[in-house]
Amino acid sequence: MSQSHLHTIIEPANKRQFINLKELIRYKDLLYYMVLRDVTVLYKQSVLGFLWAILNPLFQIVVFSLIFGKVAGISTGNPNLPYPVFSCLAVIPWTYFSSTFTASSNSLITTSAIFTKVYFPRMIIPMVPIFSKLVDFFISLIILLGVMFFYQYVPGKNVWLFPIPLFIIIITSTGLGFWLSSLALQYRDFRFAIGFILPLLMYVAPVAYPAAKVQQQLGDTAYHLYALYPMVGGIEGFRSSFLQSQPFPWTLVATSGAVAIFLFITGALYFKKMEKHFADVA
Amino acid sequence: MSHNQQQHIAVAVSNLGKAYRIGIAEQKEENLISAMIKSIAAPFKNFIKIKSLKNIQSNTQGKDVFWANRNISFEVQQGEVLGIIGKNGAGKSTLLKMLSRITEPTEGRIELYGRVASLLEVGTGFNPELTGRENIYLNGTILGLTRKEIEERYDSIVEFSGIEKFIETPVKRYSSGMKVRLAFAVAAHLDPEILIIDEVLAVGDAEFQKKCLGKMQEVAGKQGRTVLFVSHDMAAVKKLCTRAILLQHGTIIQEGTPNDVVNYYLLNAASIANGNEVAFEHAKGNKKFVIQQVELLNEHGEVTQIAESGKDLQIRLFYQVHEKGPDPVVILRIRNNLEQVLFTCLSRNSYHGIMQLNQTGSISCIIPKLPLLQGVYSIDVVLKFGQDITFDIESAFNIEVEKGDFFGTGKLNNDMQNGMIIYHSWSME
Repeated sequence: MSQSHLHTIIEPANKRQFINLKELIRYKDLLYYMVLRDVTVLYKQSVLGFLWAILNPLFQIVVFSLIFGKVAGISTGNPNLPYPVFSCLAVIPWTYFSSTFTASSNSLITTSAIFTKVYFPRMIIPMVPIFSKLVDFFISLIILLGVMFFYQYVPGKNVWLFPIPLFIIIITSTGLGFWLSSLALQYRDFRFAIGFILPLLMYVAPVAYPAAKVQQQLGDTAYHLYALYPMVGGIEGFRSSFLQSQPFPWTLVATSGAVAIFLFITGALYFKKMEKHFADVA
Repeated sequence: MSHNQQQHIAVAVSNLGKAYRIGIAEQKEENLISAMIKSIAAPFKNFIKIKSLKNIQSNTQGKDVFWANRNISFEVQQGEVLGIIGKNGAGKSTLLKMLSRITEPTEGRIELYGRVASLLEVGTGFNPELTGRENIYLNGTILGLTRKEIEERYDSIVEFSGIEKFIETPVKRYSSGMKVRLAFAVAAHLDPEILIIDEVLAVGDAEFQKKCLGKMQEVAGKQGRTVLFVSHDMAAVKKLCTRAILLQHGTIIQEGTPNDVVNYYLLNAASIANGNEVAFEHAKGNKKFVIQQVELLNEHGEVTQIAESGKDLQIRLFYQVHEKGPDPVVILRIRNNLEQVLFTCLSRNSYHGIMQLNQTGSISCIIPKLPLLQGVYSIDVVLKFGQDITFDIESAFNIEVEKGDFFGTGKLNNDMQNGMIIYHSWSME
């Protein structure tokens, strides 16, 4: 093999470090095999296997439909829209978000044995759950098909727009993953905080109720501010794209999308800035 | 330095240093509350900081700062095999971590010319649930190979590991030896221009180790690759390396041919054998007859800090008699790292006649062909006048033993540690 002309300089970085995209691309296979590892290992030695990806959101949908749909009698905002379809369209993307949120935030702590022994772009670590949980997400779409079939509900014409809110959810999870994984590695408090913040985040997001309810009850200003929480545009946008009667909430999605991108970029920069301390604090 | 020479440098390290804050790593708070308190206190701290700016590097000279490495400078030419030796805690691992970009230096600079692979551990990232084949790909990509590169090397990796039959079995069903074989097989196929390698040869069975040493020699010698090699295995350093450096307290204290550096290390490395003086004061017994200092001497009668397996060792005890007594007895109990007593040197049985003591003096216990494997052993010292215990101290001092050629066969006891070795031989009819 010919001598490569690679020249690496290692010195204390006083300047801001920029994200080395070239290096990230060179390590794309590592991301691939780490995702593959997560997917293969998750359901090994379990009897139900990938059924778990369905059971978890399914139970939530049943409970939500009973408690919020029947007992609390929350309206879906449309008499033709059965509550189970409504809740299914929010619980499935929310399950994806909450599982990536937890896994990504803890990712540096759980893989410290690896990155304290080998160098590779650490940014890959919080990105792994973002991809591996997508597998669960797509499997759980089976529930959506089942529920829609059961209620004879045909998706509306905006259905092709659903990748946009899904992308917002992915970007938000990744951005939060960058932020929280590096914070949790330094301050273990975050690990505990994540556990109780997650349910709160769910109540705030339009999972059990439509976002329009916020507009009705709290007014227009509150509604626009509401969209600053990126899961509002993510969840409401995802649900709306499947519904016949509802226009796609472009303003919500645009605001949430902008916040999501902001979270992603600042998260990546913060992660990069803190990266050099990781091996010392792990 | 001429342009021509410069072209052949593979690694250049200049004034490298790494400081840790003791207790608090690198200016980071361990929890949010203390970070918040710190941020409230930040204006005051900044004030003090600005005031102390006159002091050069004031932020890295406090009492809470520990320099794991400092002022390290060396160059490695292409094709050289550099051995890095030193006791535990001398800063070898930190140096390797900086060279492999795991942790960032606090000061100084490293330049690496060529593709680098570092091996601080074999089998990093191995997942027990995955099969051998899956782990080859995972471990390979962690070590910096691409999928394509692994595919090209796959057959050769499997063959080298010698576990073809189990390649589709989950690694959790492997024996530890098999895991090491597989992991090393991946590592051996990294094919870097610069290989940074920690004491990974200390694991695995002897036969496989030989194969790995061979592979390393092949990497270093035939292909003109550069190797940086940290080891406690003095014989391997002498055999494999073209040059060696000795680290102590985070800096290089000796540099030269492997033979010179290893010998210097064995004779002079930081004091391990010197007993713990505080502990000596707290010895049990009536103190009529006590030990004040301990010294180790090698086969040439030179004071040494580290013993070598299979070489004569002399343990010299400097005593003092505060009050005379009859029938002095010296007992040395040698314990392994599990605190088990391996053997006892009891002067009542092994000393010819009765010991005659002066006011002060020394008693030496000579152990020919030290029958201890590589490891650290602690020694209990008990002194008696007849049945009266005058001085009794557990773990009075430690002896660090390095590997050696015990049987004179040119082979080392690579796979054995922390135990005894008994001379024996074989015959064939």
